Amino acid sequence: MADVLTRANTRFVLRRPGLVLAVVVLAGALLAAIAPTLFTGQDPISGVPAERLQGPSAAHLFGTDETGRDVFTRVVHGAALSLWATVLAVVVSLVVGAAFGLLAGFRGGVPDAVVMRIVDVVQAIPAVLLSLALVTALGFGTTNVAIAVGLANLATFARLMRAEVLRVRSGVFVEAARAGGVRWSGVLARHVLPNALGPVLVLATINFGTAVLEVSALSFLGYGAPPPTPEWGSLVAGGRSFLATAWWMTTFPGLVVAAVVLSANRVARALDGERRQA
Amino acid sequence: MTGVPRRLAQAVVVLWAAFTLSFVILYLLPGDAALARLGGGEGVTATPAEIAAVRAEYGLDDSLVVQYGKRLLAALHGDFGTSVITGDTATHMVFGALPSTLALTGLALVLAVVFGAGVAVLGTYTRVRWLGNLLLSLPPLGTSLPSFWVGLVLIQVFSFQLRWVPAIGSDGFVSVVLPAITLALPTGAVIGQVLAKSLRTQLGESYVEIVLAKGASRRRVHFGHALRNAALPAVTLVGVVLGNLLAGTVVTEAVFSRDGVGRVTAAAVGTQDIPVVQAVIVLSAFFFVLINLAVDLLYPLLDPRLRAVTRG
Amino acid sequence: MSPLLEIRGLAVSYRARRGVLPAVRGVDLTVHTGEIVAVVGESGSGKSTTAHAAIGLLPRGGTIEAGTITFDGQDLTRLSERGWQAVRGTGIALVPQDPTVSLNPVRRIGDQVAEVLLVHRLAAGRDAATRAVELLRRAGIGEPERRARQYPHELSGGLRQRVLIAIALAGDPRLIIADEPTSALDVTVQREILDHLEHLAAESGTAVLLITHDLGVAADRARRIAVMSEGRVVEEGPTREILGAPRQPYTRALLSAAPSLSREPLRPRRPAGSDVLLSVSGLGKSFRDTRAVDDVSFTVARGRTLALVGESGSGKTTTARMVVGLETPSAGTVTFDGREITALAGEELRLLRKRFQIVYQNPYASLNPRFSIADVITEPLRAFGIGSRAERRARAAELLDQVALPASTLDRRPAELSGGQRQRTAIARALALRPDLVVYDEPVSALDVSVQAQILALLVSLQEELGLTYLFITHDLAVVREIADHVGVMHAGRLVELGPADEVLTRPREPYTRALLDAIPGQEWDSVPERPVSA
Repeated sequence: MADVLTRANTRFVLRRPGLVLAVVVLAGALLAAIAPTLFTGQDPISGVPAERLQGPSAAHLFGTDETGRDVFTRVVHGAALSLWATVLAVVVSLVVGAAFGLLAGFRGGVPDAVVMRIVDVVQAIPAVLLSLALVTALGFGTTNVAIAVGLANLATFARLMRAEVLRVRSGVFVEAARAGGVRWSGVLARHVLPNALGPVLVLATINFGTAVLEVSALSFLGYGAPPPTPEWGSLVAGGRSFLATAWWMTTFPGLVVAAVVLSANRVARALDGERRQA
Repeated sequence: MTGVPRRLAQAVVVLWAAFTLSFVILYLLPGDAALARLGGGEGVTATPAEIAAVRAEYGLDDSLVVQYGKRLLAALHGDFGTSVITGDTATHMVFGALPSTLALTGLALVLAVVFGAGVAVLGTYTRVRWLGNLLLSLPPLGTSLPSFWVGLVLIQVFSFQLRWVPAIGSDGFVSVVLPAITLALPTGAVIGQVLAKSLRTQLGESYVEIVLAKGASRRRVHFGHALRNAALPAVTLVGVVLGNLLAGTVVTEAVFSRDGVGRVTAAAVGTQDIPVVQAVIVLSAFFFVLINLAVDLLYPLLDPRLRAVTRG
Repeated sequence: MSPLLEIRGLAVSYRARRGVLPAVRGVDLTVHTGEIVAVVGESGSGKSTTAHAAIGLLPRGGTIEAGTITFDGQDLTRLSERGWQAVRGTGIALVPQDPTVSLNPVRRIGDQVAEVLLVHRLAAGRDAATRAVELLRRAGIGEPERRARQYPHELSGGLRQRVLIAIALAGDPRLIIADEPTSALDVTVQREILDHLEHLAAESGTAVLLITHDLGVAADRARRIAVMSEGRVVEEGPTREILGAPRQPYTRALLSAAPSLSREPLRPRRPAGSDVLLSVSGLGKSFRDTRAVDDVSFTVARGRTLALVGESGSGKTTTARMVVGLETPSAGTVTFDGREITALAGEELRLLRKRFQIVYQNPYASLNPRFSIADVITEPLRAFGIGSRAERRARAAELLDQVALPASTLDRRPAELSGGQRQRTAIARALALRPDLVVYDEPVSALDVSVQAQILALLVSLQEELGLTYLFITHDLAVVREIADHVGVMHAGRLVELGPADEVLTRPREPYTRALLDAIPGQEWDSVPERPVSA
């Protein structure tokens, strides 16, 4: 994969300005999550009451909120929790889902039937409602929201992993390996897994954007970190009471979420394309 | 068992499994802290004695099997327990909120199908390159926007700037328009993406070449042949689409302060009102199962390959 | 008389991600009214592109760079979309390659035939439906009224191809372009379909441009043949001249590579040996309620080749898979060198796999795309823990040499190799453990004829060199003739005839074998070099 990416020459990149922009946005968001002080020196928690509810300006790019905190600073500091929750959610769905899918696809028989029936049931309940039920049970907070979103989405991963394992396993080259005397463990490790994992990893990148949206929706509803800790979803929610007077409080945080999701989807689409060509 | 009875049995099994899953999540996972909420509500610190009283009241001292059996039996009679916040039965709360939500999802469904299918069909049909690219870039955009934010932006523009519609509330037809658009956007975008991809695949199939070789026009190929084949995979998504619309009302109704099942759900999750959350989950699974049953039974009418084969 | 279709200096290229790929360069081709012209070539020769250019249906990214295509006095390359709509169906019609995907799966057969009449306003309503039934009847379809109400999935491949012929004939076109019309079908069906197409065309005075990879088919059907290679027409002329006295080296190579019944075996036939290596007895396999293989018995002597031949669905591949323990028989036994394979399982079976190997039909699917060629070939050695890493690599190089591939191939990936090279790699892998028996499942049917000939020659020389025993599965009787000592003919799961190759191929006892032999295209040309020109 890395090899393919490094070989992607300048012409490939220059022909896709959108992709370049998407990578820049994602890199910026990640950098903000790791080192927010690189972007802003202001305090995300305590504001300057004298500067409350100011519109966007050079000093306050995204304006200020009702307690005089800089909205841009809060968005930058919110990246850490929001992206951490997203990554955790994707990892939970990927690892748990892929493990179930691998078990079902490779072993077949009873384990397959059990796993697939569970997946059927999980898919009968919309992911958002399922994650809400999990939040109800687990309690509030960023980590719980992330786990809830991750578990609610694992069915897709389990299905795809199983389908890929079945596809690869029925491939002639897998049978050729078996006919050549390779043990089943060797077939699994050397043939099935490497060939089945690619599409599942691509699904993880596609799922990233969805996870950002679901995590921030739960945060918007107030199930994430308690205030005044900044999260992208709760930032938008915080501006609701000031819709008529301070449009910037909702508009800018929402735009940031949209930009990150769009960028993630654009990168995922590029990776998906790479896979199909290979 | 074949045909309709078999499908019905499968539907019942899925519904039962959904109930069981919600029982496992809601009654087995929580610790005492969450259970304490059953008796109190937000911010109440329960003494051990109070917790014991709550446990006894909600039957939590019974063995798990007995608890499960009792709740399943009650659920079969439409009883999911009593809300710890309002004291009303969960079933009554959810059904009371249903009409408003059904009106919202119904309109959203119509908008989503019209928008999604329209964009996909026109985007793949037009020969004006920029128009096609523009149309086909809408669905990916639609799936990327946070719907809570879209709703707020719509309120800002149409209620506060243009003053066309009231910002919040649930009275009259006008109040349902903005929420329905908000709710329809992500779903319509998914429909558009699936249908556009499916149409493109169909237009690359060999049978399309044969239709062209007959001397048929592009319009005939597009609407007479490709569209029907392309719609088949989209039809199987109806259950998922409706489920997502129903789930989407949680956010949409919160944004627009509209009464409905979504708002009841959001409040119940916020107060960890377990009986209400379970009622909502089982209700949505019920809708899903019902829709899928209908799709399963109707699908062979659309796809002759699934009818009884008389090969010869 | 001016020609019906005249292609002059046609150049077509495809715009791909990596730039512009020329597919056809400077092709001239002429078809006169009522005449059958064949374009013959291997895959990638540009024959199909030429045909599609003539009906204005180039695949996405294909553009005509230069040249003219004149049909009935009209230059098609300048035609508008509307103009094309008028020509297609009534002027030029198309019979496609793969009948299984060429009909709309959700519309009735009758409607799809009638559509031609509706589009060109030749008939409407009930009249169109009646004429569609009549067209199906003319295309040789029994019970056309019932068929017209059916959907494509309810018809066999052969019947679907007849439906497509009915569609092509519906608008009474002056030219039918038939692009490999029967290559997806069994030989016996192929023959009937081509007979019918030829007959109908003659009846209505329709010209046919027949695109095929099979010289035999071209020889049987066409008055004139154009041979294409690498986007150019290398030789063109009357069939009898092309086949009798080819001027171009490429045509001669194509002719000599085409397997046909009259050609000499690659090695003298050997008598039945007495040292039996493989013995199959009463073998049967049922899938649900169908018997895929039914009571099959044969033996193969050490160092000999037995070919099992049959059409699709005859049970030959299932038999081969049971022989190498990849499928469990429902009845009967397979005995390999005195040991009953069918009684073995797990580790015992795995250890015995050292001694029998299988080579698959599709060399594109049988190699793991992520492996290097060295990984592919050394995998069986790794599996049995034979040799060190370096020793295994040395053995791989030696094996590559045996299958005539350069040692530099070791570090390449399957995607970088041609079909023939991949199949050589698969053979090298099968030989890595020095097995006694190699089972070949249609090893050359996915390859071009010239490559087929090379692989078959390689298999014969390897057998001599290494003393191998072969079980060879094929649908192609000509291939059987070249390499087999003994032949078994399979039909509907049963072994209907078994005997020495020459005997079965020249004096078959079973009517089914006779029918198979008769259906092979191009036979007349082997025996009668001068074909009388049918007027």
